[in-house]
Amino acid sequence: MTTLDLLQANLLSPIALAFALGLLARVVRSEFSLPKDVYLGLSIFLLWALGLQGGVELRHASLQVIAGPALATVGLGVLTPITAYLVVRRLGRFSTADSAAIAAHYGSVSAVTFIAATGFVKAQGQEAEGFMPTLLTLLESPGIAVALALGAYHAREGERPVREVMHEVLTGRTMVLLLGGLVVGFLIGDQHWTTIEPFYDTTGAVFRGVLCLFMLEMGVTAGARLGDLRKVGGFLLGFGMLMPLAHGTLGAWIGHVAGLSVGGATVLGTMAASASYIAAPPAVRLTLPDANPTYYLTAALVITFPFNLLIGIPVYFRVATWLGGTP
Amino acid sequence: MTPVPMTLVTIIAEHVLREPLTADLRRLGARGYSIGEVEGEGTRGLHTQDWQGKNLRIETVVPAEVAAAILAHLAARYFDDYAMIAYTSTVAVLRSGKFA
Repeated sequence: MTTLDLLQANLLSPIALAFALGLLARVVRSEFSLPKDVYLGLSIFLLWALGLQGGVELRHASLQVIAGPALATVGLGVLTPITAYLVVRRLGRFSTADSAAIAAHYGSVSAVTFIAATGFVKAQGQEAEGFMPTLLTLLESPGIAVALALGAYHAREGERPVREVMHEVLTGRTMVLLLGGLVVGFLIGDQHWTTIEPFYDTTGAVFRGVLCLFMLEMGVTAGARLGDLRKVGGFLLGFGMLMPLAHGTLGAWIGHVAGLSVGGATVLGTMAASASYIAAPPAVRLTLPDANPTYYLTAALVITFPFNLLIGIPVYFRVATWLGGTP
Repeated sequence: MTPVPMTLVTIIAEHVLREPLTADLRRLGARGYSIGEVEGEGTRGLHTQDWQGKNLRIETVVPAEVAAAILAHLAARYFDDYAMIAYTSTVAVLRSGKFA
């Protein structure tokens, strides 16, 4: 399959088209959007299923197999916010607060992009390691912590202490559902898992169907912010696409070195490339209140998310297959 | 029972401020509060909350001096960086002991 074929197959996937429809609905000013609570419910289902299945699969993985990739993931979690910060601060000349805020988003990870990547590699006949959700959990918070630390010296008196905000990050719904799911999945084991598997299987019809609905609303949300693209300027537009490419390539390479399969390296690359938009925004809003939300939300949600979904994932897959030595 | 005048403080703020604000109210002497989710538009245009949730309307009935302390705190701590408005009105309550 050529890269172009890969891109085409990816563009015509149900989740990409659902996203596009949501975006279009907003552009033509349709009144359609998912009720907030439904949307929240869907995200809870997705994260919880992801955690559960990851926990079940974790049982099958030996410590030796997972140690390398886990270390690589934490390394990426520390490195990517720093590179993002330096690029935005030095090249983009953004303020310290804005740079740290953007770095927090790019250092953390987007679970939906992760799901899209696992689906993509599976459609290509590859399989990512079953313990990938464990790595997703590992990558969730270090990036936010590092970036907030970068911005911390800048914080004015009377701001909320970083410790309090980290409590929020670590007890937020993403962490509780992912980490809690991992533990529960690990404890219940295969026998109990089979009774709930049809509902929670992340490659199954229910999960994929829910993901499609979720993507509709993601499209609507991104569509509502399309106008902000004009406000953020050319630098962030380029950053939102080039930074993921750099982080994604690095992640795929590190994943390969750490012993992941082509599928696993693709997914790790995607994780490194993705920008958080669930866990990071509230943490950043509270810790760095003078950072402009238009910059970090637009970059993460309107530029990087669709970019990874449509173009990034096939590219990281290409890099991983090339590294893995298979055509 | 004769109604006693008290001050109703209403705060409309970003969803993300729920925890800090309610902690502040308690600390400054409010005995209770009510929270509702509201929709609307303001001068700032883009907020975090239209992604994370609706705006909050927090209401608390307090003695006038507590209301003044709350407003002063909000102005010093939040007005610069967050989307927030706050206003007071005089209300009449029964059982004024509940509020002071």
